Amino acid sequence: MIIRILHEGQYELDQEQAEALKRADEALDAALEKGDEATYRSILDRLFGQVRLGRRLDDAELRRSDVVLPAAGLTLDEARALLSQGEI
Amino acid sequence: MGVLDRMSTIFKAKVNHAMDQMEDPRETLDYSYQKQLDLLQKVKRSLADVVTARKEVEMQKAQIEADQARYTEDARKALAMGREDLARQALEQKAELGASLSDLDRQIGELKDQESQMEMSTQKLEAKISAFRTQKEVIKAQYSSAEAHVRLGEAASGIGEEMADVGMAIDRAKDKTDRMKARASALDELQSSGALPDALASGNPTEDELGKLERSSQVDAELEALRKDVAK
Repeated sequence: MIIRILHEGQYELDQEQAEALKRADEALDAALEKGDEATYRSILDRLFGQVRLGRRLDDAELRRSDVVLPAAGLTLDEARALLSQGEI
Repeated sequence: MGVLDRMSTIFKAKVNHAMDQMEDPRETLDYSYQKQLDLLQKVKRSLADVVTARKEVEMQKAQIEADQARYTEDARKALAMGREDLARQALEQKAELGASLSDLDRQIGELKDQESQMEMSTQKLEAKISAFRTQKEVIKAQYSSAEAHVRLGEAASGIGEEMADVGMAIDRAKDKTDRMKARASALDELQSSGALPDALASGNPTEDELGKLERSSQVDAELEALRKDVAK
């Protein structure tokens, strides 16, 4: 599975890493629903950490991403705005 | 996936929009390559703009530091002539200027971050464009094979994503430099109109009062140091 973090680069995750990411994503969804900034922030940090455990794709590799993440440091409000208006 | 999937969909819509023009991929490979080179120029210009903005803020900071040095010199002269009131006034003005320095330092820091971001974007885009150039020749030569079709799709998506990513980075950098420029010219104006202390007020009375006290004890300490120096 290939994940792109915007303005940073692409990472390739193995099956196990992808599973861990999926769990973090579900937790993130719950935190976003509740509007819990602290939990949201800690899950997001963990999620980015998990992605970065993957193999960093070389700059010259041309691959399609399965998942695209906004640049790190997105606040809860920014995430909401992004998801509701379709703007990054 | 929940949030990740939704975020990805939004981003991919941007990429697909950019790639809609690639209906006949073989013919548009060269056209796409040209667009990549154009984008590379754009990101380089954007980097240059950020560097210019940083230099402007640095010049503004140097100007404030020079003004502060001038006030210190005025205070020293005033003390030498026995005019402590004038010396205090000069040091107070110096302290007020000091409050804007930390803001400028923060701006310089932000612009430097932006600069390394744009440098990284440029480097990545250059690597991807060069890989695309090689692949497009291979794809053109073997276009009839099924494998070439797959590779074309993958290469086009890979470069398309990068281009959308860099495009957003350029917009972000522009927003940031525009805001900094607006703040810098506002600061210049306030300084020349003498309204700087009011503008720096936080709006929180306790904080402002504390800030004033802090500056006043800073002025006292500096005045004391200068007095000793002049007495030598």
